[in-house]
Amino acid sequence: MEHLGTSLGPALGLFLSSSGTFLKDVAGFLGSYYTGIAIMNAVFALILWQKKKQTGWAIFWAVFASVMMILASLALSGSSTLVPGLPLASRHLVNRLSGPVLYTLGTTALFTILFVFRKFFVQPMVAWSVLNIALVLMGLSMADENFASIVMKPDNVPIVGLVFLLAFFTWVATKQAVVNDERIRQGLPPMEKLADEKVLVWPDLVYTELICMVGVSAFLLLWAICLPAPLEEPASSVKTPNPSKAPWYFLGLQEMLVYFDPWYAGVVLPSLVVFGLMAMPYLDFNKKGNGYYSIEERKFSYLVYQFGFFELWITLIILGTFLRGPNWNFFGPFEYWTPYKVEVLNNVDLPQMFWVNLLDQPLPRAPQGAGTLSQIGYILLREAPGLLLLGAYLVLLPPLLAVTVFRGFFAKMGFIRYMIMANLMLLMLTLPLKMILRWTLNLKYLVSIPEFSLNF
Amino acid sequence: MAIGETIRNSQIWKSIFRHPMPLDRRNRIVVMLTNFFLHLHPVSIKKQGIALSFTWCMGGVTFFLFLVETVTGVLLMFYYRPTLEWAYNDILALRDVTSLGILRELHRWGAHAMVITTWLHMYRVFLTGSYKPPREFNWVIGVILLLLTLLLSFTGYLLPWDQLAIWAITVGSNMARATPILGYEGPGQQLLTIGGIDMITDASDARFGLLGARFVGEETLNRFYVLHCIAIPLAVALLLAIHFWRVRKDGGISGPL
Repeated sequence: MEHLGTSLGPALGLFLSSSGTFLKDVAGFLGSYYTGIAIMNAVFALILWQKKKQTGWAIFWAVFASVMMILASLALSGSSTLVPGLPLASRHLVNRLSGPVLYTLGTTALFTILFVFRKFFVQPMVAWSVLNIALVLMGLSMADENFASIVMKPDNVPIVGLVFLLAFFTWVATKQAVVNDERIRQGLPPMEKLADEKVLVWPDLVYTELICMVGVSAFLLLWAICLPAPLEEPASSVKTPNPSKAPWYFLGLQEMLVYFDPWYAGVVLPSLVVFGLMAMPYLDFNKKGNGYYSIEERKFSYLVYQFGFFELWITLIILGTFLRGPNWNFFGPFEYWTPYKVEVLNNVDLPQMFWVNLLDQPLPRAPQGAGTLSQIGYILLREAPGLLLLGAYLVLLPPLLAVTVFRGFFAKMGFIRYMIMANLMLLMLTLPLKMILRWTLNLKYLVSIPEFSLNF
Repeated sequence: MAIGETIRNSQIWKSIFRHPMPLDRRNRIVVMLTNFFLHLHPVSIKKQGIALSFTWCMGGVTFFLFLVETVTGVLLMFYYRPTLEWAYNDILALRDVTSLGILRELHRWGAHAMVITTWLHMYRVFLTGSYKPPREFNWVIGVILLLLTLLLSFTGYLLPWDQLAIWAITVGSNMARATPILGYEGPGQQLLTIGGIDMITDASDARFGLLGARFVGEETLNRFYVLHCIAIPLAVALLLAIHFWRVRKDGGISGPL
């Protein structure tokens, strides 16, 4: 709390303390926040009104803007009975319900709904409503001290921006893709093809660039003036902060450490991500959808990319930043980050499950004084269940898929390209699969060979 | 107006700008061909290609942020000494004493923004299928640039030398310790043993190579400083040049065939 006060405080005129003055401290911020939403909606209503097409909506958003102004004045009061916020009971409920499982399943469900009903969600009025709901929920949550202390950490502010930017640009792209897909279905060329007359770069592009530069500079200056860069105590190699976190853009990788050892989550998987991205243009043999927004024409590559980007990168970053506290324990969005939270870890390795729990035998172990080869033999025997499973997954599954689900792909891609694609896909899926195994079976490692620091 | 006219007709002006004011169609073409900074662009371009709803301008914004980072970075280097004795104090002074006290803010938020705009640029290129032939290789260069952007940000994260900095870098670089075969806690490092002597120890593994020491210390600060200020920016500059050149050579901004 102290840290937030020293960094955000002077800029926004608030001085946060850990005592009961929190609401007074954020009053200025929340007041301007709701005023901002009100102005945004008033302008939107005015534009609609002038177009004289959707006057009903114009009135609706004008009324909404006035409601936001009321919220702004309530927030400015800084009084615990007036500042709009989520009821304490509902905050407790959210904290109680939330956990890695629900978070992952919830975001997956959300993305699925958005994708399946994309024609509905891209409509301007629907998108605008969703934006406003998100903004209001955000404002209501900000009245919670625990939520605010994490979200308003200076280095976390960019992630909040990222979430809204991603939502906005996904809307922009999907809107055009939906139109193009419909046109292509009717046998018409995509919208991008219609405006293919040429214009001079001076002035059309050069001026756009200039305006962009001025806009970005202004935005950056404003950001730099309002939000001081964080500076904590001088470095000390003996005082380990809890939690210790990597920079925010690597927190998805840090989150993977819950499920895998560092050699895989921190080295092999990131390398595979880079390799996979580079390989993508050579694996995607689909010639359609080049140079215009489209989903239907390239559904497979679209879904794979979106799954990797949103599900395995962005949501994990958000989880790692906002919901992982001391000892990397999961904390609900409105929960206090206490270092004393204890989570029971009773994860079991597969050999233990197989030999001990299932067959009721001790783990195979080399007799005293056995040679190296025999020791390795015993390790292989001990790890046989996991190794066989992994082998089947990585060796048998690609050819099996090639003659079933991916029959068409295999025919078009040829052996090498197909094998690279299939293996990259399967390796990418190791993460969600391991998550599911952890949640359902408490599985720690499929293969655990501490003798060679090789756990998977 | 007359003064402007006189200046534009002077020998000095004409020696700098090789073209008349781009006020008519002919000179708007000439300016693109004869100006060093503008010749990166074509003379004319498909209207659809520069529509904001199509390009989002994110590649351009990323490049602009790279320039902002370069300028603010050079200014920061005037004030900052990468040693244990001075690093933290210089940052304190930058905040409390130096005029233009938002220099570090501009640099830090610009860096965060650059990471985000790089992702958004890549996202747009994917969604429009612009990585498809003939632009495959430029996508590959883009992926390397993405990686370098993250490394630039990562190496810069250490320089303030506060608790946030060294522990973020400690957590991040601990991963290198687990590199298969080359990290001393990685799988298979036991294989590199010659005559009973381990080749991979905590003083010879991948992490040591990254940090220049067993722990994040003064050697690391120096190493990251040089990487951050010289090595990576040079690599980025070179790759950016190729990236832009390939955009032109591969047919300009993508569009339906």
